[in-house]
Amino acid sequence: MLDAHNITVELGRKRILHGVDFTARPGELTAIVGHNGSGKTTLLRAMTGEIPYRGRIMLDGDDLRALPPALLAERRAVLAQATTLAFPFTVHEVVRLGLTGQSALLPGAETLPERALHRVGLEGFGGRFVQELSGGEQQRVHLARVLVQVWQPVTDGQARWLFLDEPVASLDIGHQLQVMRLAADFARAGGGVIAVMHDLNLTAMFAQSVTLMMGGQVLAAGPVSQVFTSATLSAAYDCDLKVSTPPPGGGVFLLPQAVA
Amino acid sequence: MLAESIRVQPAAGDRSVRARQVLVLLSLMLGAVSIASMTVGASGVALFPALGRALSGEALALQERVVLLDIRLPRLLTGILVGAALAVSGAVMQGLFRNPLADPGIVGVGAGAGLGAVLAIVLGAMLPASLAAITGPHLVPIAAFLGGWGSTLVLYRVSTRQGRTSVATMLLAGIAMGALAGALTGLMVYIADDQQLRDLTFWGLGSLAGASWTKIAASAPIILLALIAAPALARALNAFTLGEAAAAHLGIPVQRMKNIAILTVAGATGAAVAISGGIGFIGIVVPHLLRLAMGPDHRYLLPAAALLGATLLLGADMIARVIVAPAELPIGIVTAVLGAPVFLWILLKRRGLVDM
Ligand SMILES: Nc1ncnc2c1ncn2[C@@H]1O[C@H](COP(=O)(O)OP(=O)(O)OP(=O)(O)O)[C@@H](O)[C@H]1O
Ligand SMILES: [Mg+2]
Repeated sequence: MLDAHNITVELGRKRILHGVDFTARPGELTAIVGHNGSGKTTLLRAMTGEIPYRGRIMLDGDDLRALPPALLAERRAVLAQATTLAFPFTVHEVVRLGLTGQSALLPGAETLPERALHRVGLEGFGGRFVQELSGGEQQRVHLARVLVQVWQPVTDGQARWLFLDEPVASLDIGHQLQVMRLAADFARAGGGVIAVMHDLNLTAMFAQSVTLMMGGQVLAAGPVSQVFTSATLSAAYDCDLKVSTPPPGGGVFLLPQAVA
Repeated sequence: MLAESIRVQPAAGDRSVRARQVLVLLSLMLGAVSIASMTVGASGVALFPALGRALSGEALALQERVVLLDIRLPRLLTGILVGAALAVSGAVMQGLFRNPLADPGIVGVGAGAGLGAVLAIVLGAMLPASLAAITGPHLVPIAAFLGGWGSTLVLYRVSTRQGRTSVATMLLAGIAMGALAGALTGLMVYIADDQQLRDLTFWGLGSLAGASWTKIAASAPIILLALIAAPALARALNAFTLGEAAAAHLGIPVQRMKNIAILTVAGATGAAVAISGGIGFIGIVVPHLLRLAMGPDHRYLLPAAALLGATLLLGADMIARVIVAPAELPIGIVTAVLGAPVFLWILLKRRGLVDM
């Protein structure tokens, strides 16, 4: 269980998060949504121990501040919104960087990079230079690296976590579905997934729980069906949104309303 | 799954086997060039006949002993230490700055170390005798180390924001620091006496000719410490290639590793500069060639840089010794003539990527 309580973050001299509460449970995919600049990435960075915060964040019973980097890296992996590479590493070499801590000790650890590449649809890309791939391909290389880092969703009875900042933003629709299924599988196997999302339909399809942010605060949080109402979403995104139920697959489905 | 785990073929994109082959090749090359370096010299003393006689229990002539043990051997060891130190500090600095153009010589760290050494040479004479007795021959390398450390810290502060380096800022900061160090060095030249002046000029051009057991004893511990610390940095430098935040997510204690990297660069550069003066371009050319040959994985790049740096410096030293024999050229001139075009070539290939 990830439990963040009363989180306040200041960057530079600006207060970005104003007392945010957030919870996510292992076994679920928890989405964070909200307008540009609402503080989604900032909240994620606080919860991964990247930036200082006031308040308290507990990861499965341990205070985040008390976990040294190496231990934290065993329990959670982080996919950033964008990652640039300084040197000409091959795809295989970059994915292999995820082989740290426990995953390096698994039997057959050396084969994990290739298996992870297969899972993100990049089999046969191992020998390519990362800097020479398309944006979406690069993003999937880093997803494979992150998967290698927390290969087993549950280890010794303890859940492991994936923090994903807009994992599908630069992907085509086929790969969007593939990556969301991967994340959902990870959660179904007992791991925890926290994903910042912009696509509300994909969120509705895959997330069990959602936190909607606005201006550095939480506007609503809970099961998707409760948070995704026409009124709440229209307020959060400052435009006319209509949620239709039931959609083709069951669940919620929404369409932006054209304003003529 | 079992079948997968007992595979022998490396996975596509895994260059570790090639890297190991390159390491073996480089070791052989260093061995060969070391033997050559022991054989070549103005005195005409031949290594192998002398070795043969020594092994069969015969005493060596005084000239042979002096040439081989007190001139060529310390020079060989100095060349290996300095070459390895320059190349490794280049590779570590490039990993730390996430930039293949960061080289201690180019961005002013060498100049800072040089200033430290010059201050020690000139002002060291003014130290009270009791203090001078304590510092002894270690004063110059330690001062060079402190100068290099100070300038690396300044450079890192000025040119890096949130783990990302601006090349332009880094190079400009290097120019500014080089100019400042140059000006202060010039000031020292005014104060220096004749003997110190000769030391300074000779040393400023870069040379292994001053190699001696005393200088080796003074600088070798710092260089060896840096060379031993370097492999411990490999995993961190690999992770830094993704940026500092991603490195932290992979479990790297970022701040500690950055401090160790900066100390390593300053120690290796400072000690190398203290023995041999300003020898340029080894730190940028060697890691660049190696990245082409075996990839940028620092687990292999750092030891390979030590080997190739030593080999190239010994080679340059032999050129410096024979090209105008019986006189000799300062080795810094040889490395600059060979290295500067390579540096320009790297710049040319990177056009359009200048802000990386
Ligand atoms: N390093 C920083 N210094 C100052 N302000 C920052 C910094 N990083 C982010 N901000 C500000 O904090 C606010 C929240 O940024 P954040 O990146 O968390 O937004 P986001 O919800 O992830 O947006 P997006 O959907 O565009 O990714 C923005 O107004 C942004 O300008
Ligand atoms: Mg964001």
